[in-house]
Amino acid sequence: MPTTTDPHAAAGDGTAAAVPAIRFENVEKRFGDNVVLKDLNFEVAKGDRVTLIGPSGSGKTTILRLVMTLESLSEGYIYIDGEPLTHELRDGKRVARSEKAQKQIRKRIGMVFQQFNLFPNMTVLENIIEAPVHVLGQSKAEATKRAMELLESVGLPGKANAHPLQLSGGQQQRVAIARALAMDPDILLLDEVTSALDPEIVGEVLGILRHIAETTDITMLIVTHEMQFARDVSNRVMMFDGGRVVEEATPDVMFTNPQHERTQAFLHAVLGSGDGHIGTH
Amino acid sequence: MNGLWDWDAAWAVLPELLLAFVQVTLIVTVLSTAIAAVLGLFIAILRMSVPKPIAAVITFIGDFIRMTPIVVQLLFAYWTFLTIEPLTIGIVVFGIHYSTYMAEVYRAGIDSVPTGQWEATTALSMSKRRAWTAVIVPQALRATVPALGNYAISMFKDTPFLLTIGVVEMVRAGLTFGGNNFRYMEAITLAGVIFLLASYPTSLLISRLEKRLAYNY
Repeated sequence: MPTTTDPHAAAGDGTAAAVPAIRFENVEKRFGDNVVLKDLNFEVAKGDRVTLIGPSGSGKTTILRLVMTLESLSEGYIYIDGEPLTHELRDGKRVARSEKAQKQIRKRIGMVFQQFNLFPNMTVLENIIEAPVHVLGQSKAEATKRAMELLESVGLPGKANAHPLQLSGGQQQRVAIARALAMDPDILLLDEVTSALDPEIVGEVLGILRHIAETTDITMLIVTHEMQFARDVSNRVMMFDGGRVVEEATPDVMFTNPQHERTQAFLHAVLGSGDGHIGTH
Repeated sequence: MNGLWDWDAAWAVLPELLLAFVQVTLIVTVLSTAIAAVLGLFIAILRMSVPKPIAAVITFIGDFIRMTPIVVQLLFAYWTFLTIEPLTIGIVVFGIHYSTYMAEVYRAGIDSVPTGQWEATTALSMSKRRAWTAVIVPQALRATVPALGNYAISMFKDTPFLLTIGVVEMVRAGLTFGGNNFRYMEAITLAGVIFLLASYPTSLLISRLEKRLAYNY
């Protein structure tokens, strides 16, 4: 696909490993007059686990939503595996890509939401096999077998025929994780997945995500307020403020020795009040 | 043959009323409800899927139909399509008229489905068609069943308007009997009782269905 490939990324097969899983190029996102993201450039390498931190309204969630095509891009380009996602540069002009082309890329991306967003009119099993059967074209038997394995791995083997609203929040979120994994995504987006959960069940959900991080090579882009989780799972942390990347570092550096004063202030506010998770586990 | 109420006349008119009830009132109600339910859903989805100017035209047509009396529409269709059976005209006009109300109910039901549900269908790469049929419509219907049932009852009670285009529904059958025997009271009262006996249990059924749907998940 020479016309649709990121011109900056792969020159040939030999360098394919260097193509980033996600690349933002001069991305701008406006809601009306409100500029949420401005001239944003960053890359996420394949297999990276990147956590986005920063105050509310700093545009972290918007980044995930742009990658999932839940929001439209105002300016710039997003490349997934070197391929333009929603817009491409063609003959010097920025043009939108077809829905069909977007869908092909979207299939490789999964997302887990803060509010779970399970389909309440379907059973747990139906939720999980819906997309594998109707999008990927798997047989029902094949998809069901995989769904049962996934339910087992998220600790809910007996809940296949339950309805989502009969489950606790933590259980619903575990089903949502299984549903996302059933599509075998290359990229998994986690949008404040524990924010709607009771504190005592946050751990079980994070434990499952930790396990996924350890046992797969899925690229993860994470927005979370759980700093301990960010530290455990991610290999890079990006601090956002006002729609820009203020600081970027490994978790060890970011949480112990942040350089930027905005990061220092933010981490102090989040962790310094005494109920922070860093060091308390 | 005098006095306010004559049981002989009542027994004599009852079979004629029941026949009209089965042959016209029930058939019109069932078929027109089916047309209205399907067409209404189609209109609601169409309006949300087409470009804004076209949606505005569909909305205007719907408003126009809802803002004019059904009797006027019946007579208009009757005098426009003289070769078509009045009963058929009645079924179609009732179906179209009520489809505009039902479209509004569906729209409210579709709006009541959280945006997170749409976002989940996108995150799972589901097709628009599959998103509508497997996720959005089933959830929207749950919220709309009671309102749709109430419109069906309302349509059922509107069927006497069919007498304006010469369809022999229950009231017309009663009036004919009254004209022939000079006994109107029994016929009209019994027609009212039959309406009540049919619509009251139906409304109870709808509220039971409403409760069941609410607790099902």
